[in-house]
Amino acid sequence: MLEIRDLTKTYKTGDKALNNVSLSVPKGQVVGLIGPSGAGKSTLIRCINRLVEPTSGAITLSGRPLTGIGAGELRAMRRKIGMIFQEFALVERLTVMENVLSGRLGYVGFWRSYLRRFPAEDIQRAYRLLDRVGLMDQADKRADALSGGQRQRVGIARALAQEPELMLVDEPTASLDPKTSRQIMRLLIEICGERGLPAIVNIHDVPLAQQFMQRIVGLRAGRIVFDGTPAELTEAVLTKIYGAEDWAAMRKGTEEDKAADADTLREMLRLGA
Amino acid sequence: MSERSFPAEWRRRTPRQSLAIWTLWFGLVALTVWCWQVMNENTIWAFVADAPRQAADIGSRMMPPRWSYLPELLWPLWDTINIATLGTILGVILAVPVAFLAARNTTPSLLFLRPAALFLIVASRSINSLIWALLLVAIMGPGLLAGVIAIGLRSIGFIGKLLYEAIEEVDAAAVEAVTATGASRAQILEYGIVPQVLPAFWGITVFRWDINIRESAILGLVGAGGLGLKLQGSLNVLAWPQVTMIMLVILATVVLSEWVSANVRSAII
Repeated sequence: MLEIRDLTKTYKTGDKALNNVSLSVPKGQVVGLIGPSGAGKSTLIRCINRLVEPTSGAITLSGRPLTGIGAGELRAMRRKIGMIFQEFALVERLTVMENVLSGRLGYVGFWRSYLRRFPAEDIQRAYRLLDRVGLMDQADKRADALSGGQRQRVGIARALAQEPELMLVDEPTASLDPKTSRQIMRLLIEICGERGLPAIVNIHDVPLAQQFMQRIVGLRAGRIVFDGTPAELTEAVLTKIYGAEDWAAMRKGTEEDKAADADTLREMLRLGA
Repeated sequence: MSERSFPAEWRRRTPRQSLAIWTLWFGLVALTVWCWQVMNENTIWAFVADAPRQAADIGSRMMPPRWSYLPELLWPLWDTINIATLGTILGVILAVPVAFLAARNTTPSLLFLRPAALFLIVASRSINSLIWALLLVAIMGPGLLAGVIAIGLRSIGFIGKLLYEAIEEVDAAAVEAVTATGASRAQILEYGIVPQVLPAFWGITVFRWDINIRESAILGLVGAGGLGLKLQGSLNVLAWPQVTMIMLVILATVVLSEWVSANVRSAII
């Protein structure tokens, strides 16, 4: 259970990125965070694991505070929060296995991690996760040898290696093609479902959000302007979040995307994937 | 619908900017002409007219190289290579921490340590290794050690500068991702930053070693050991064929070190 109360972030430039945002995410719920560029989506999820320092407000995860704690406590809390990035943010020159094991850095000492002597259970967990995301045979390849979709799978495995209690997902599909995007979203949703993991997913693609999310929160200029189910995301609401636009044309595009998606699924079944 | 009219003319610069640029070029040409004039005023033309004959004279005295001098050069050559290699190692050991202190994204203190590290880098770069060697020979007497330290001190600036620039250019997203796992500062360096700067590190080190081979070949001129000592000895007694031989040995060594450095760099990228 994630609780955010009255979160405000004002950047040094004077930009108020977040303005009194309150939000709670119960266990197992996947929340899509939508809103125009600059609405504060990225700032919001980065305030949760304090990659961005909030100006004021309180955040707790499973009752333990994330704000107003010391550096050591913060590191211990960060271990419990997995993060997935838009450009994958893998260390390109390290192997896939090293990238996945880097999810364990918060749990092992410096010399162990320096010598790459991770505990046996960490290594087993890493292999299990690589198997889960379908990259078992790529473990010893360098991360820069993989395709975009494969890299994002490594990103997911790295986040899961932390044994997180919360997932923060920042535009997971913005660097991927539509087909791969859907595969990655589906994988994410499945994995969160399997583990009862709550997740906050920043997402630009409204149709994709409606298709995959259980709950959608709309952010505009640092304030929450919508909080409801995908079905409640009407044209009027979208206009409130994004401003005026021809949503009907976009919907029509969505129908086509859905058809393409069904097509992808058939193709995957045919290939026995 | 009425047709909008658009300007038919477009210029990259305003007339004022163009004028400023032309004035700058004019000033540069005028300066060149003036320098040429000053230079000619202080030239003794009789010497210049004589130059081809003098060059031919020295050239004829330098040829052929004295091949029998070669065995005597092998030991100083070994010294020169050692000065360069040990000096590079010393430079690397001192430069790596300085680079991490100087890089904006890794320095523990932007206000105090970063300027101090940058000053160290500039100080080391502003003094040629020959001058460093001159100072060190005066302080600790002639010999190889003075040469090694001179090369090492000069290398700090070069390696430090290129390395800290490489550190500042790492992909910040990967560093952010490692931070988000709850890693400690040392772990963030080791997993997020070091893998990204490692190719640059080896490239810079081998490149500097290659430069140091050339520099250490002349350090002997001020008494810091190696081939330069032989060069000075030969020049003092006007033994031109020996000078040619030394130059050939230096050329061969530099070609070899170029070859090594090119291969190492292509292997790590």
